[in-house]
Amino acid sequence: MYRYDTYDQAVVDTRVDEFRDQVARRIAGSLSEDQFKPLRLKNGLYLQLHAYMLRVAVPYGTMNAKQMRTLAHIARTYDRGYGHFTTRQNMQFNWIKLEQAPDILALLATVQMHAIQTSGESIRNISADQFAGAAADEVCDPRAWAELIRQFTTFHPEFSYLPRKFKIGLTASDNDRAAIKLHDVGLQVRKAEDGTMGFRVFVGGGMGRTPFVATLVRDFLPAHQICTYLEAILRVWNRHGRRDNIHKQRIKILVHDLGGEEFSRQVEAEFEQMLPLGDDMPLAEYDRIAAYFTPPAFEQGLDDTLDLSDPRFAAWVNRNVSAHKQPGYAIATISLKPVGGIPGDISADQMEVIADLAEKYSFDDIRPTHVQNVVLPHVRKADLYAVWQALDAAGMGADNVDLLGDIIACPGLDYCSLANARSIPVAQKLSERFADPARQLDIGELKLKISGCINACGHHHAGHIGILGVDKKGTENFQLLLGGSGAEDASLGKIVGPGFTEDGVVDAIERAVEKYRAVREPGERFLDTYRRIGVEPFKEAIYG
Amino acid sequence: MVEVAIPESLRFRDDEPADEPAVTLDAFFEQPDAVSVRIEGGDDVRRLGPVLAQVKLVEVDFPRFRDGRGYSSARILREMGYKGELKAVGDVLVDQLLFMRRCGFDSFAPNQPIDPTVAKRALEEYDFVYQQAADGRIPVWKLRHG
Repeated sequence: MYRYDTYDQAVVDTRVDEFRDQVARRIAGSLSEDQFKPLRLKNGLYLQLHAYMLRVAVPYGTMNAKQMRTLAHIARTYDRGYGHFTTRQNMQFNWIKLEQAPDILALLATVQMHAIQTSGESIRNISADQFAGAAADEVCDPRAWAELIRQFTTFHPEFSYLPRKFKIGLTASDNDRAAIKLHDVGLQVRKAEDGTMGFRVFVGGGMGRTPFVATLVRDFLPAHQICTYLEAILRVWNRHGRRDNIHKQRIKILVHDLGGEEFSRQVEAEFEQMLPLGDDMPLAEYDRIAAYFTPPAFEQGLDDTLDLSDPRFAAWVNRNVSAHKQPGYAIATISLKPVGGIPGDISADQMEVIADLAEKYSFDDIRPTHVQNVVLPHVRKADLYAVWQALDAAGMGADNVDLLGDIIACPGLDYCSLANARSIPVAQKLSERFADPARQLDIGELKLKISGCINACGHHHAGHIGILGVDKKGTENFQLLLGGSGAEDASLGKIVGPGFTEDGVVDAIERAVEKYRAVREPGERFLDTYRRIGVEPFKEAIYG
Repeated sequence: MVEVAIPESLRFRDDEPADEPAVTLDAFFEQPDAVSVRIEGGDDVRRLGPVLAQVKLVEVDFPRFRDGRGYSSARILREMGYKGELKAVGDVLVDQLLFMRRCGFDSFAPNQPIDPTVAKRALEEYDFVYQQAADGRIPVWKLRHG
């Protein structure tokens, strides 16, 4: 993985000093809360219902064991012994004291981590395919581009007071594991026949209260021009995006209002103007970064067979292990979704277990996913059993990846000051209702996503089944959506009908799932059946 | 490290200031001898392209410090080759000074006074930057590759 040089380290260290000074000025009163708020947000610090929350960046979802151990230490020392992986591959700590935040940032800087631009109206941490560097279907490891873009977007002077937040998603595969079409900018690395790299560029996707699937604006942008092209996109939006209504300021609204074609035309015109400025980094810089992402020293000629005589292990392999490009190796997904658990939550002890396993079995490489799980990308097949045993012993042996129990949920009203409803208890109840692994397996792939308000941090629009918590005259109410997808076949779920109570929505989902089981054709996932037969049969089943 | 002298006037240039009050962009085009122009949020500064040589002062208005349109206006002006005074006016705060300088602003008229000690720190703090911009600082990628 990438390692800071003295320049990168100096930037992050300076950031800590700068924020320490800003916190001191805030405490002394020379900065008002209104003036301080965007500054703290750009250092990942939110004020939530009960305390400050610190969101630590895990750039493009890659970290090592030392960094994970530092997160464990922070969880123990400054929080309540646990952390929470978010739907943008970052880690949140929910019980932080403002005056301790600079110390935490200083600690993170010692392991080349930070919380820069994990919040606020800025260019956020880039998210990327969690299988990068391991997947057989990618054209290259996209993380070198992600790191280049990370640097370019860090403290960009023109784009640090944008109309709203700006999120970039990146993949190098036709199978989209990073939900790129639901990002402000989605990038897919491609390779031309002559081997030159380029980006397919999508703009204007997003969830929130006005969800859109992104529009294709460029099919093949020469890769070395990516910084200028991003600047052109950002500049069109920064100048012409709305600033009169916080709910209409995301770039997706501008793209929608102008239409994809006109938006594209403006971007291309700006791009023409800017290209001669030479803002792009030379390919030598890409090569320098890419050298950190060369494949690890895989052993050659390993046996590809697995002993699956332990049925519990076999069940885990069946759901949680994916094909690796290197014979003899596998990609292992650690589910952070035990029955009745809080999706994405992880204790300090568990973080250390993962750190140890990564060092011992996965070339010191750890990947949080946008589904709030953690991937060990490079495990020898021969080591999978030992990995599973250690995970199982630490309460991380759930064998439910992409099944109903693999729920995404935002922190909701248990923590979040924006939320209207509690997401976590619904996730827990669903997880318990469908606890039987055989039943989940029979239901098959089903992506269930829960948000506690219309800001959609729990990606409910992209769920095969989505739940949206709303406030209905002072009581929590849950709307049910069907038919969304965040994958390469991206689509937005539709609300089925009137909302439910917390228990009611669990019952409604059970009825929808049973309907699917009754009418599915062989090989059909829930989503496929929904797309084939439409919403009406489900409505009937749910509302009777 | 970077050393920055902070003039009391918050004007980082040596030439004589234009003594005419700035007029709106529309008014500027109606007055053939005008040299000072004021840019509001929604204005398209590219309109100034053909007449840049006659402009001595551009004031860019920041109605609220979180309204970042002025950063793009400033950079576009510098990209078009504007060499005159570029003044950030309005809700201009010390914690935004560095980005403003980087985008090409060389003078400041904040609504509330700025503490020069804090300003000095803000402008000197970062030894390295990741992008080239209008201030001529050499980005890290250029330092790495010469």
